[in-house]
Amino acid sequence: MTFSPELEAKFADLVTHYPEGRQRAALIPMLMFGQDEVGSITPEFMLEVGKRLGLNAMQVDEVVGYYSMLHKKPMGKYHVQVCTNVACLLRGGAELYDHACHKLGLGHKEVSADGIISLEEVECIGACSWAPAIQVNYDFHHEVTTDQLDTILEDLKK
Amino acid sequence: MALVNVTINGVQVQAENGALLIEVAKQNGIEIPAFCYYEGMSLQAACRMCLVEVEKAPKLMTGCTLPVAEGMVVRTESEPVVKARKTTLEFLLSNHPLDCPVCDKGGECELQDMTFKYGVGESRFTEIKQHVPEKQWSPVVFYDAPRCILCYRCVRVCDEGMGVGALGVSYRGVNAEIIPSNGDHLECDECGSCIDICPVGSLTSGTYRYKTRPWEMEHVGTICTHCSNGCKTTLGVRNNEIIRGNNRDKSGINGEFLCVKGRYAFDFTQHPERLQTPLIRNAAGELEEASWSRALKLVAEKFKALAGPDFGVIGSTRTTNEENYLLQKFARTALGTSSIDHHRTGDVVTLVDSLSGKTGQLAIAEDLYTTKAVLVVASDLSQQQPLLANKIRANFRHHKSAVYTVTPGPVREDKIARKAIRIPEVDSLAGVEQLRESLSKEAELVILFGDAIQGDKVRQLVAFGESLGIPVKYIALVDYANSRGALDMGVLPDLGPGYHATAPGRSLQQMLDDPDLSALWVVGANPLKGGKSLASPGAFVVVQDLFLTETAQRADVVLPAASAYEKNGTVTNVCGQVQRLKKGIETVGSKTDLAIIGLLARGMGVNLGKVDADAIFAEIAAKVPGYNQLPMPVILTGGAVQTHPVNGGVPPSSVPGIIASARDTLFTTGSLTRYSKILNEVLEKPGALYS
Amino acid sequence: MKLFNEPSPLETKIISFRFGLENSASIDTYLAHDGYKALRKALEITPDDIVNEVKTSNLRGRGGAGFPTGLKWSFVPRVSEKPKYIVVNADESEPGTCKDRLLIQNDPHQLIEGCLIGALAVGAKKGWIYIRGEYNYLIHIMDKAIAEAYKNGYLGKNICGTDFEFDLYTHTGAGAYECGEESALLESLEGKRGVPRIRPPFPAISGAFQSPTLLNNVETFSSVPAILRMGGQAYADLGVPRSGGTRLVCMSGHVNKPGVYEVPLGFPMMKFVNEIGGGVWNGRALKAIIPGGSSSPLLKAEECDIPMDYDAIAKAGSMLGSGGLMVMDETTDMVKVALRIMRFYQHESCGWCIPCREGTTWLKKMLQRVADGHGQTRDIDLIGDLAQNMMGRTFCPLGDAAAMPTIAIVKKYRNEFEEYVARNPFASPELVSIA
Repeated sequence: MTFSPELEAKFADLVTHYPEGRQRAALIPMLMFGQDEVGSITPEFMLEVGKRLGLNAMQVDEVVGYYSMLHKKPMGKYHVQVCTNVACLLRGGAELYDHACHKLGLGHKEVSADGIISLEEVECIGACSWAPAIQVNYDFHHEVTTDQLDTILEDLKK
Repeated sequence: MALVNVTINGVQVQAENGALLIEVAKQNGIEIPAFCYYEGMSLQAACRMCLVEVEKAPKLMTGCTLPVAEGMVVRTESEPVVKARKTTLEFLLSNHPLDCPVCDKGGECELQDMTFKYGVGESRFTEIKQHVPEKQWSPVVFYDAPRCILCYRCVRVCDEGMGVGALGVSYRGVNAEIIPSNGDHLECDECGSCIDICPVGSLTSGTYRYKTRPWEMEHVGTICTHCSNGCKTTLGVRNNEIIRGNNRDKSGINGEFLCVKGRYAFDFTQHPERLQTPLIRNAAGELEEASWSRALKLVAEKFKALAGPDFGVIGSTRTTNEENYLLQKFARTALGTSSIDHHRTGDVVTLVDSLSGKTGQLAIAEDLYTTKAVLVVASDLSQQQPLLANKIRANFRHHKSAVYTVTPGPVREDKIARKAIRIPEVDSLAGVEQLRESLSKEAELVILFGDAIQGDKVRQLVAFGESLGIPVKYIALVDYANSRGALDMGVLPDLGPGYHATAPGRSLQQMLDDPDLSALWVVGANPLKGGKSLASPGAFVVVQDLFLTETAQRADVVLPAASAYEKNGTVTNVCGQVQRLKKGIETVGSKTDLAIIGLLARGMGVNLGKVDADAIFAEIAAKVPGYNQLPMPVILTGGAVQTHPVNGGVPPSSVPGIIASARDTLFTTGSLTRYSKILNEVLEKPGALYS
Repeated sequence: MKLFNEPSPLETKIISFRFGLENSASIDTYLAHDGYKALRKALEITPDDIVNEVKTSNLRGRGGAGFPTGLKWSFVPRVSEKPKYIVVNADESEPGTCKDRLLIQNDPHQLIEGCLIGALAVGAKKGWIYIRGEYNYLIHIMDKAIAEAYKNGYLGKNICGTDFEFDLYTHTGAGAYECGEESALLESLEGKRGVPRIRPPFPAISGAFQSPTLLNNVETFSSVPAILRMGGQAYADLGVPRSGGTRLVCMSGHVNKPGVYEVPLGFPMMKFVNEIGGGVWNGRALKAIIPGGSSSPLLKAEECDIPMDYDAIAKAGSMLGSGGLMVMDETTDMVKVALRIMRFYQHESCGWCIPCREGTTWLKKMLQRVADGHGQTRDIDLIGDLAQNMMGRTFCPLGDAAAMPTIAIVKKYRNEFEEYVARNPFASPELVSIA
């Protein structure tokens, strides 16, 4: 399996961050940064990362299954994450999520047929004082109204 | 270690400082219930069943992780503790399917027992339970996630106990479940330890599931008939059929350890090709079924006529000590021949001779768990000697013992080895020499060596060991359940019982090669395996076996024999530990080799005395050096006792014999395993040593 | 960096005073505003002096547990055969909390300086900042700041011309609240499942890679440079006895001016809501406040007239926790709040231990059923009882964190649960036990 030169360089750098013999520590960063390029945590990708860190497929799988941001199935090119946790709930997060569901015709962790947009109801993303908040991939949008959400989603489709 | 005073439930007890409370309580007869805690394995504190009240602690503490200290005051049955237990069980049962009526584990389930003893009677759970379908991971391992209580015993026994690490945990929270090594299936030793150790019916066995209830079986403790390690196995028998093998009572030298063969490969007893009646070669040259009386009469007459020095007898590495003893006695007296031998797989004889004049230098299985250091020479221990390998792993895990390996290829012990020497010519001892400095710094050592070390190499290895200046013990590795017993009983062309010199006869290979051999009597062996042939065309061949092996196909008369699970007697394991076989099932059509020998003797008019296992063992104890002074109560109650072989030198051999291991792997032991349906199913690819 | 909310004149800006500056994340800005002065001071005094200064400051851990920081620092053994490490907990995931994000975003060098002082105090040469996966953009900001610090001789070898050396790296999480628990964070740092460890040993003795580790929250480390600059006593004097200094409080929910504000420990809660936060929105009345993240039991309006410090809030039956203060107006549906909180903990339970794994799941199902209008009266008692049964019996504090708010809501707003049940046409009278 091959990665872009940038990612390879990142991987090469990552393993130097940890004490000698403890390179397994690079696993989660490699999976996270790799997922951004590969699109999802594919079996091939898991094997490759495992091979580089001296882990077998099961050991990688144990970790992948644990973390909610690691997806074995590809999410959309734009992964829309709506927070509905308490702080957002108090300021309309649940309604915003419902709105997104209806607008996109998608449910939790569903991907549009063209693979462009996916939707996820997420737990607190750390934007409580500027609620309700969403993240599109890694980008935060604060104090999002349903109208603003419409605009954001329209822009993504372009 | 210093002793401290601890008060448990108002009773003051003394305990080693720092010992775990759960163990201290147990030693004092107080049960602190637990699912995840398992003696000898790493701590989890996950199940929360062992919460106890400790004075001055702000909340309940887990007894499984709490080291006792001076003045500690503990209550294990107080109201808050009892309430915590009840609620933990209530939480556990909230998502546990209550399918006990069809669950394999029903009747011996720890969750059932705990609920019975500590649980609430009523369920307050009215929601829908989480369900996921059951998965099959291998022909013998099934996993039902909803029943799983996530105690992680299976994960640990596989990783820490077996050194395999084929089980893991994935997902999170209520979705967390156990996952197998290879995506949707297991690639492992298939030892079944995970199934055995599962406190509930989450991991079930492909051979046992939905077949019976535990209380419908008889549980017969006997010795596994496969490799030489001599593991105790408790056969679950119902309607004269063995349904399972395990050793949950942890009796025997193996505790609860069993490998794939011990756990599953009893099914050869039920194989459709199992011989049920004697066969006699007819005029057309074909083997045809015959009655026992006709076959025995024919054999007795022929034996009487052919008795003399050209008569060849081949004994077994699998039959009992009594059978081998009687066989050689019969051969040497009634048949008047010295040509008796068996398939030798390790040079115990030279080892015994090399140690003449010394005592206490033959190691037993337990030594491998307690010794400070182990050297493995020329053996893929995990494949060939699974119990011994397990003991070494446990020793490493619990006592940080030193492990050294000298092998021609990679072995599992390398992972825990302080030094692993890879050397193609393992018999050169050059590899061992490389370790001299490290080994001489150890406090003590046990050396195990395979068949590559034989003859003078054994002497050299012992000389090496003795030159280290530390206490050294030895184990000469052999292959089969009674390989050691066959040697001890004198099934050898030049040595009688207890390695005493006798008139020399032919070795096994010499018998096969001798064109003048008049007769060949093969009891529980298959010397013609692998396309070998008998040089004497006219030899009258009698074979006693379970199956129509290559040798049996050449026979003039085939007598169907009973397996080790169908008879009483004793066997001696690789370390010289004598253990008792206990009959699990009755034979159908076949007879024990002991009975057959007795009947032949009677047919020939030879008086061998009382032919029953106990009587002959008494004779062995009286006449075979090393087997005298064995504490019989220990053996009779299922214990293992080490023999003390001769200690005055073994006479040099004048008969060139062949010593060669069959190089079996974890999944094979000669013909028996070929007839085990389960072993053939679980074997994904032919196993190989040193890979 | 643009601020997300306007600062308030009532704030006491000790660790957030650079937030509004132009290029506040750059080392130039940092150096122009007292940057790395505390480090130079720390280099001149002994490790014990540093630890004592932190002890004097009465700084308490800002991650949630509020453990005295100086004491924690003193637990790291002076002499160790193994290397010692610094780990920063930037896994900010406690619902209601969004302050560490601002500290890294606006002032990453302050955090680096805090780490350096910590490293000097305990003798560490390497450290990691564990940043939650969702805060991906902060990794870029932090990496840039770290690179600047290396370039300017504040990281690497011969720091400030001395023989002090320290390497610092960022490390990303991948979505797991549980990794905010320090031992679970260390497991995750080592590339494993974020499941907490059996303690003792505590991280100070056996932490990252089984070595002695000083592990603190972002805000805790970020407070250290100020403590050394102004002196521990002066810092302590900002707050109240046993709770020194200032902290960032994240105000969210039904207020006019939600935002993150820095106030001294002991600042009156109602003044904070009414004067800094501009009061409850839409002219409505206050119903309740969750004072320190969703793990802290909520306080009814009449219980909120208290100072915001660890002891005072604990006395009121809640926790200052992570400083996530969530305000609820009179229209708030407490059943829905309870359900949402439990959904969160159920989702985040690592599954290691039985009471938490099964308890959160059972409770979520029950709360969902009640909220869906299918509740029975006995369910209300059972919810309270189950939550109580989780308390103090789980492997790590997540179980308590799920139980405490639930117990408080059911106790304080039982009537709202009863109203839900009353609306269930199929509500049955109490069943008689057959036992």
